[in-house]
Amino acid sequence: MFESLSYILLQQYWWMIISLLGSTLVFLLFVQGGQTMIYTLGKTDIERTMLVNSLGRKWEFTFTTLVTFGGAFFASFPLFYSTSFGGAYWVWMIILFAFILQAVSYEFRSKPNNFFGKRTFESFLFINGVIGTVFLGVAVGTFFTGSEFIVDKTSITNVESPVISRWAGAARGLEAVLNFTNVALGLAVFFLARIIASLYFRNSIDNSAISARIKKQLLYNTVPFLVFFLWFLFALILKDGFAVNPDTKEVTMEPYKYLNNFIEMPIVLSLFLIGVVSVLFGIIKSYLKFDTFSTKGVWFVGIGTILTVFALFLVSGFNNTAYYPSVTDLQSSLTIENSSSSKFTLTAMSYVSLMVPFVAWYIWYAWKAINKKKIDQDEMETDSHVY
Amino acid sequence: MIENLDPSLVDWSRYQFALTAIYHWIFVPLTLGLAFIIAIMETIYVKTGDPEWKRITKFWMTLFGVNFAIGVATGIILEFEFGTNWSNYSWFVGDIFGAPLAIEGIMAFFMESTFIAIMFFGWNKVSKKFHLAASWLTAIGANLSALWILVANAWMQNPVGTTFNPVTARNEMTSFWDVALSSTAINKFLHTITQGYILGAVFVIGVSCWFLLKKREVLFAKRSIIVAAAFGLIFSLVVIGTGDSSAKDVAKYQPMKFAAMEGLKKGSEGQSIVAFGILKEFGEEKNVDFHFKLEIPKMLSFLSDYDFNSFVPGIDDIIEGNEEHGLMPAQEKIERGKVAIDALRALNTAKQNNDTEKLNELIAMFQDKDFKENYFKYFGYGYFTNTKDLIPNVPLVFYSFHIMVILGSFFVIMFALFLYMGIKNKIKNQRWLFYVGIISIPLVYVASQTGWIVAEVGRQPWVIQNLMPVKVAVSQVSTTTVQTTFWLFATIFTGLLIAELRIMFKQIKIGPKEGK
Repeated sequence: MFESLSYILLQQYWWMIISLLGSTLVFLLFVQGGQTMIYTLGKTDIERTMLVNSLGRKWEFTFTTLVTFGGAFFASFPLFYSTSFGGAYWVWMIILFAFILQAVSYEFRSKPNNFFGKRTFESFLFINGVIGTVFLGVAVGTFFTGSEFIVDKTSITNVESPVISRWAGAARGLEAVLNFTNVALGLAVFFLARIIASLYFRNSIDNSAISARIKKQLLYNTVPFLVFFLWFLFALILKDGFAVNPDTKEVTMEPYKYLNNFIEMPIVLSLFLIGVVSVLFGIIKSYLKFDTFSTKGVWFVGIGTILTVFALFLVSGFNNTAYYPSVTDLQSSLTIENSSSSKFTLTAMSYVSLMVPFVAWYIWYAWKAINKKKIDQDEMETDSHVY
Repeated sequence: MIENLDPSLVDWSRYQFALTAIYHWIFVPLTLGLAFIIAIMETIYVKTGDPEWKRITKFWMTLFGVNFAIGVATGIILEFEFGTNWSNYSWFVGDIFGAPLAIEGIMAFFMESTFIAIMFFGWNKVSKKFHLAASWLTAIGANLSALWILVANAWMQNPVGTTFNPVTARNEMTSFWDVALSSTAINKFLHTITQGYILGAVFVIGVSCWFLLKKREVLFAKRSIIVAAAFGLIFSLVVIGTGDSSAKDVAKYQPMKFAAMEGLKKGSEGQSIVAFGILKEFGEEKNVDFHFKLEIPKMLSFLSDYDFNSFVPGIDDIIEGNEEHGLMPAQEKIERGKVAIDALRALNTAKQNNDTEKLNELIAMFQDKDFKENYFKYFGYGYFTNTKDLIPNVPLVFYSFHIMVILGSFFVIMFALFLYMGIKNKIKNQRWLFYVGIISIPLVYVASQTGWIVAEVGRQPWVIQNLMPVKVAVSQVSTTTVQTTFWLFATIFTGLLIAELRIMFKQIKIGPKEGK
């Protein structure tokens, strides 16, 4: 089946898989967003316990999606893996440290004799919530603004210094925070994660006091989200982009490249617009019809987020665009053609990707089974496994 | 300006990866083993309807959850360290190595993370059978995770199903099944997961012994011991079999590691095995000699290929060569490796100069069978100048191997003893046996870690056997940066380990709860 596809089609197929995983990850970052709201929405210990447990039943999906995103990127575009992770060392290390802290915090938080104390583990969750969202957003921002690296595959024959990918920035990736477009995307992801988290809490927790606070938080987070998202969006469509000449493969700067990509790929533009409208609809209707609609809002905003981010990923890599551009050496920029795995590997991996719908199905089934009854105070006081 | 790599960067990158791997491997084997033991216990509960079995299941599930979380935390670091600290490696072999990692995520991690939520939170939300299925699927998911990362690791030890593409300067996969089903992959997977089962079983027995020693939860402890001892005995026998086939695999594909495992300086036909010995100082010259050793005649030859009289090469044979047995001197391999690197350099020059004729000629040369088998095969050797650099840390490998084998044998006896005493209902007042069970917990962790030391230190200096030395795989990060992250990881992991142990001890002290 996949053997008959051309190499470029397979590369594009895998960019779509990466885009899908990346966009699903951004949706699932609601867990991180929620972790920054535990003390905002929970004023008593039992309220905070409900909030933590509501997130605690989902944190592994986010974590696993991040791991799979990394693994799939490694498998399909290994040159990105070696260039970005080995180069932007500090950005990725900071993200990783934040995720180590998260992984143990749920399980350890309320266990007696946990060495650091409950508040420390809650702080870990907060740190993960802020860093996980902002830094991942900043890292994805560099897909449009560029990074400082040089790739030279001939270096492998230099016995004394065989390194293929070299980072030119002394800050090892942290220089990305000096670009406000990157920061705007990071902050947009942060506030969006808090919005989705608010709606997720509304969907999964049965508590009137928390619900009342959710409504306020919906407004407080939507305003900054819109400011930062629109900033990023306007910066994106107005900026020069990293275009690849389809014949010579030369990378050049093209005015309004990303705007052109939207215009030249109407399906992608449609997905983007549907996504944005769905996010806004979910937020606005949840706020206006809070009592009757807001429990469903998470699905509109969630699906809208996936569609929007999916479209942004496609815009970064499709239509002859360098998805991981180098501002140090334009010709070192990574494209889906020059950084991918071999045709054989992409073909073999494509068969594995057929499992994705099955995996999505059982995740959905398990999610429903766990969430069919909302979390309430009674469950927290009687259940044998409470975080 | 291209700077030469700092040798200490390679060392610190290794320390960081070793630190992460060692911490990760403290937690993973318990997850692998305990997951199945829990599933078995829950199956008994569902079959019998006896609520005591539900209590037993839930108690071990609590400990499983504490351990699982920290295993996940250390696991994510390992995955991303391939990129952050071994970027050259990630490109050179990403075409092969990345695939198992991605499959691991799609196939195994999601299964594990989805059903573990049902396992912990679904007791009163889903049916008994669905919950039981979730427990089994969590165990299967955990073991599938291990499968794919071990396939990837096995490929590094025995790189099969791949070919070098000189144009892209990397190795590319030619057969997925050769990679996934190589003898090294199968042996590594089976040996590693069964070792995890043993660790899980020893853990259950040891903790149960503590309860018996304290005269608490006697029924719970006895039942736990019988399940764990039966489970452990079966797999401790399996681990001997997989260890034997792993040894043959190592002898065939990694003879230097095999020689280091035995501290074998000069090989011979009908080679004896060192049952136990004390090595003399292993200094700069990397000389291997014993203060004393206890040997079993011909056994090493038998261990290497079921032939009591076969030739087993020693370290000197591999370094200096042995014409009689067709072993090429290491210096000759280095020269041939340099020829392969020079050819790749010439190919790059031809590409840069748009010299199509020369380029095609060199591409054809890389595809030529003779060049592949006689020159490219030694590509990685071309990065070395001193043949002594091809020898791993022999004492560390030797002692680790022997400790692992001695402890592995001890566990067979221990499981048999506990199973016998448990079935005959003679376990209640045997305090000495309880102490054996408790002391076995740290011992099984020692066995588990030493196994990996044999596998990973024994294959030095290679990150990919014969193709890529560790020093070529590293990312160009400053040594200070890696030292900083090393100490950050060390601090965080140690802090979390202390927290985990304190929680575990407390949960054990609390004991099984009366649950719904």
